[in-house]
Amino acid sequence: MKANYGYMDGSGNFFITIDTDRCLECGDHPCVGACPVGMFEIIVDDYDDEVAAIKEEHRKKVKYDCGPCKPTADRPPLPCVVACTPGAISHSW
Amino acid sequence: MITAGIDMGAKYIKAVILKDGEIAGKAKVATGFDSTESASECLAQAAKESGIGVADIKHITSTGAGRKSAPNINSDITDVGAAAKGINHLMKNVRTVIDVGAEEGRGIKLEETGKVVDFAVNEKCAAGAGAFAEAMARALEVSLEEFGKLSLQSDKTTPMNAQCAVFAESEVVSLVHAKTPKQDIARAVHDAISSRIVSMVRRVGINKDVALVGGVSYNPGFVDALSRALEMEVSVPKDAEFVGALGAAVVASERVQS
Amino acid sequence: MTEQVKEYWRWKEYNWRDKNMDPKGAETISAGVDVGSVSSQAVILVDGKLFAYSNMRTGSDSPDSARKAITWAMENTGLTLDDIHYTVGTGYGRVNVPFADRAITEIACHARGGNFMYGSSVRTILDMGGQDCKAILCDEKGKVTNFLMNDKCAAGTGRGMEVFADLLSVSIEDVGEMSLDVDEEPPPVSSTCVVFAKSEASSLLREGWSKKRVLAAYCSAMAHRVVSLLERIGVQKEFAITGGIAKNAGVVTRLEKELDLTALKSQYDTQIAGALGAALFAKALVEKQRKKVAQ
Repeated sequence: MKANYGYMDGSGNFFITIDTDRCLECGDHPCVGACPVGMFEIIVDDYDDEVAAIKEEHRKKVKYDCGPCKPTADRPPLPCVVACTPGAISHSW
Repeated sequence: MITAGIDMGAKYIKAVILKDGEIAGKAKVATGFDSTESASECLAQAAKESGIGVADIKHITSTGAGRKSAPNINSDITDVGAAAKGINHLMKNVRTVIDVGAEEGRGIKLEETGKVVDFAVNEKCAAGAGAFAEAMARALEVSLEEFGKLSLQSDKTTPMNAQCAVFAESEVVSLVHAKTPKQDIARAVHDAISSRIVSMVRRVGINKDVALVGGVSYNPGFVDALSRALEMEVSVPKDAEFVGALGAAVVASERVQS
Repeated sequence: MTEQVKEYWRWKEYNWRDKNMDPKGAETISAGVDVGSVSSQAVILVDGKLFAYSNMRTGSDSPDSARKAITWAMENTGLTLDDIHYTVGTGYGRVNVPFADRAITEIACHARGGNFMYGSSVRTILDMGGQDCKAILCDEKGKVTNFLMNDKCAAGTGRGMEVFADLLSVSIEDVGEMSLDVDEEPPPVSSTCVVFAKSEASSLLREGWSKKRVLAAYCSAMAHRVVSLLERIGVQKEFAITGGIAKNAGVVTRLEKELDLTALKSQYDTQIAGALGAALFAKALVEKQRKKVAQ
C-alpha cells in the first residue's frame, strides 16, 4: 500500500509517500531517528502491519515541518530518504 | 536627480518620489477597477507633495503584482527586488526581510548592497498571509486593529489544530464556546501565522538584522509573535507599506546612473 | 420577537430503517459509527445486510455525537446497544466513540464501504467529506492499495462549498442543480483557496455575474482541484464518489467530464460509506473472534 501523508493547498502539493510493502522489509526503522524534527513513528495499521507513518500532528504541516531539510539553496539529500534502506520514502516536493 | 517608484499592489497603489537619495513625497491610492488610472493619480499626488512636476522625474520603476499595467514607466522590478532595495535604503544593517501582505508572505535574504541572495515565497494560501488574521478577527467579531492589541494581552500559548483559514474559523468558534478568553484566542492565531512565516523564512536562513514589512507589520500583535518565534528582535521601519515603492525608486536611480 | 436567520449551509439530517427486516434472532448484529468533523453517521447491519442508519451534524462533543448517532439509527427498531455484537468507530473522532470495540481509520472503512456499495469492480473511491477530501485505490476485496487524504485545506471539501452557499444565499442542496443551469460554462474561479475564491466571487457578482454563473465557476474550480488530487495517485476504473458532495450534481458532472469517466452510481446513501465500511469490519471481527473461541 502506498500511504500518502500531507496535503494540497493553494500553494502546491506536499506529500510524503511511504510504500508500506517496502517498509515491511525493514527491521529497525532508522527513519524515526534520522528525521531532525521527529516526524516519523511506527504504527500498526488497519491491516495489522507494523509500518512507518508520519505522526498525526505533522500531517497538515509537512511543508513547514520539512523546512529545515529543504533550504532554498544547497539542498543536501534528505536524511529520511537516505536512512530508508528499502527505499520506501519519497517526497512530492 | 529625481526618480519615482510605483508599487502596484492588489489592494493599494503606493508611489514614492526620491530626490537625491531622500524621500521627497509619497502617496497611497486604492487600486480600484482601473489600476492604470489609479497609478497615474497616485504618482501625481506624490509629485504634488514633493513640489515637483511629473515631467521632472528622470526614471520611473514599477513593482508589485500589477507592475506591468503601470503607466509611462521606464522599467519594472520584482516585489522581492524592490523590498530588498527599499529596506536597505532605510536600514543598512538588515540582512533578512520578512514581507507579509494580505495574500502573500515572503522571506528575503539580502547582502549589504541590498542585492537579493535568496528568497522563499508562500502564496495562494490564506493561512500564510494577512488574510488569515482578517478572517479570524471577523470570527471573534472585533476589528483587525483591536485583534492585534488583544493578542498582546495574553501570555498563554494555546495550540491551534487547523492550518486553513476556513477551518480555523470553526476552531475559533468552538474555542469561544469553550469559554476560552478572546485574548488567548487572538494570541493563538497570531502565533499560528508567525510559525508558518518563520518556517518559510528559515529556508533562506535567518541572519541579523531582521526587518518586517508589508501590511501585517502594522499589527503589533504579529510583530510580537514573530519576534518570539524567531527569538530575536524584529525591526519595523516607519511607513513599512511604502518600502516596495521606495525600493523601486532606488532601483530607478541606479538604472539612470548606469 | 426573534428573527429567523436562514442558515444556507444547513442540510437535512435523517435516519432510515428497513421496515421489512426483523433483527431478532440474527446471528450477527454489527454497527459502525463514523464521527467526522462536520457530520456523523451510524450504520447497523443485520447479518451483513443494511438494516438501519442515521446521518446528522456533528456537535461540539464527539462522544456525545457518536451516542446520538447510534441512538437515532436504532430508533423504532426495538434494538438497544446491548443487542449489538460488535461496534467499530471511525472518522476524525474515531477515538471518541466510547462504546466502540475497536477504532479503524476512515481510509480503510471507506474502501470497505465503497466495495459494498459499488461492487467488487470499484478500484478508485473519491470521498468528498465535510472537512476533508480522500482519494483511495483499492482491490476487489475493498483493501486499500494507495491513498491520499487532504484535510488541511478547505478547497475541495464540503466546508468550502458551504462558504459559497452562504455567500450567495443559496441552500446547499440547491447548489448543484443551479450551477448546471447556465447557457455557457464560465471559466473557473482562478484561486484554489476558498478565502481568495470568495473575494473573487464577490467582485464577479459586482460585475453583474448571476448567482448561477458564480456557482458554476466555483463547482468547476472544485472539480478541477479534486482532479489534481486524484491524478497524484492515478485513477483506475471503476470510479465512484462518496460523501456529501457526491450529491452535488454540479461538481460530479464536471468531475466526470474532466476525467472522461462516468462514476458508478449506488442505491445506497453516499454519506454512509465510512460507517458502512466500519460495520462490515465489525462483522468480520466478531466472526473471527467467535472462530477463535470455538477452537
